[in-house]
Amino acid sequence: MITKRIIPCLDVRGGRVVKGKNFQGIQDVDDPAALAEFYNSAGADELVFYDITATVEGRRLFTDALARVAERVFIPLTVGGSINRVEDFERVLACGADKVSVNSGAVRDPGLIDRAAARYGSQCVVLSMDVKRVDGRFTVFSGGGRVNTGMDAVKWAAEGQKRGAGELVVNSIDTDGVKGGFDIEMLRAIADAVSIPIIASGGAGSAEDFAELFSGVPGVDAGLAASIFHYKTVDIQKLKQYLRSRGIEMRI
Amino acid sequence: MIAIVDYGVGNLFSLKSSLAALGLEAVITGDAACLEESDRIILPGVGAFGDARKKLADAGLDKALVSLASKGKPLLGICLGMQLLFDCSLEFGRFEGLGLIPGSVVPIEPELEKNGIKLKIPHIGWNKLDIVKEHPLLRNTAQGEYMYFVHSFYASDCKADTIADTDYGVRLTAAVARDNVMGTQFHPEKSGAAGLALLRAFAEF
Repeated sequence: MITKRIIPCLDVRGGRVVKGKNFQGIQDVDDPAALAEFYNSAGADELVFYDITATVEGRRLFTDALARVAERVFIPLTVGGSINRVEDFERVLACGADKVSVNSGAVRDPGLIDRAAARYGSQCVVLSMDVKRVDGRFTVFSGGGRVNTGMDAVKWAAEGQKRGAGELVVNSIDTDGVKGGFDIEMLRAIADAVSIPIIASGGAGSAEDFAELFSGVPGVDAGLAASIFHYKTVDIQKLKQYLRSRGIEMRI
Repeated sequence: MIAIVDYGVGNLFSLKSSLAALGLEAVITGDAACLEESDRIILPGVGAFGDARKKLADAGLDKALVSLASKGKPLLGICLGMQLLFDCSLEFGRFEGLGLIPGSVVPIEPELEKNGIKLKIPHIGWNKLDIVKEHPLLRNTAQGEYMYFVHSFYASDCKADTIADTDYGVRLTAAVARDNVMGTQFHPEKSGAAGLALLRAFAEF
């Protein structure tokens, strides 16, 4: 059967990885290609890169770095950050991205999902959403989690699927950075509403959190995390072995 | 030299890079004469069958591919490129394929339940190969190897030429071969070391 996926996420600013410092035995820990190779050999199933640069020059450095990754690492690469137009898809796909994740750009212009899916296929379009509880309701936030859009997250997920998104990244603002586990309740609500693959994000603090995620929400296909992998709190190889021992299908 | 067929469908960066990583010379081309000069041909592709089929025909590459494959040139179709090798597809209508391998391309049944969960469409992720027939394309591939899949349709009625399949609740055709014409539903250029090993086997076919 198809495996659950473990996906490290790398934030890139000005072509350099932010938060990469704790790696030993790698020549240049800030270099996206060096870290991507490390994660690839550690057994990562996929990699996500977020461009957190706001400048034109920074974006050029980002695509240069992306191309260096794609020349050396042959697993799926997803790119997000500053994707507002179909032309932004073109820019990163030409440098080796396989999937492109849209977030605030799709909130502002939902038709972006339709246009990108029509042009590049649904398999290429990932809808990423930052979700927080407001008065007990799962609500979509944009602008890196700063702006309350007032949109219902479950409805937005279903709309994204209908418009042609091939995958969802669901990030819980409530659990993000807390390291107390994924937002099982919220992920269940979203998983019940869509039939496309879901990548869960926000809250991973230990290997047990991933086991709880995959057994607690069978409709989730992948777990994404950044800092626990960067700071080596969790080793990907050991994590996958642990999950397999818990009866969860893993590529090892 | 390996020719990667460029007909405006999909991203060829990773495929070219993966061949380069293996030290293999490759050229991305939409020129039939260049396909003729090459030793081997890879037909990639993502997106919808009908659109891709039309683009191949518009570029005049469909006849060249059929003619070269019939003369024995090794041809590897990847993902939609594999599906194009078949007689026909039922994706958003009915379209004729290249007819190099008997069979048809049909949707993955969406309502199949497994462990109480609806099977997700597309089939995205790493799945295990079940090698059902020996073939040189899989000489570097172990039984049970994981490969990366992304697709909503699959090849059916092609048991005679299936060399590997995969279990997604339903059995899906994963790799096919008919003499010098080969295809993988998965993406070897996205399947890590296992995928590179398969591309090397193709280069040595």
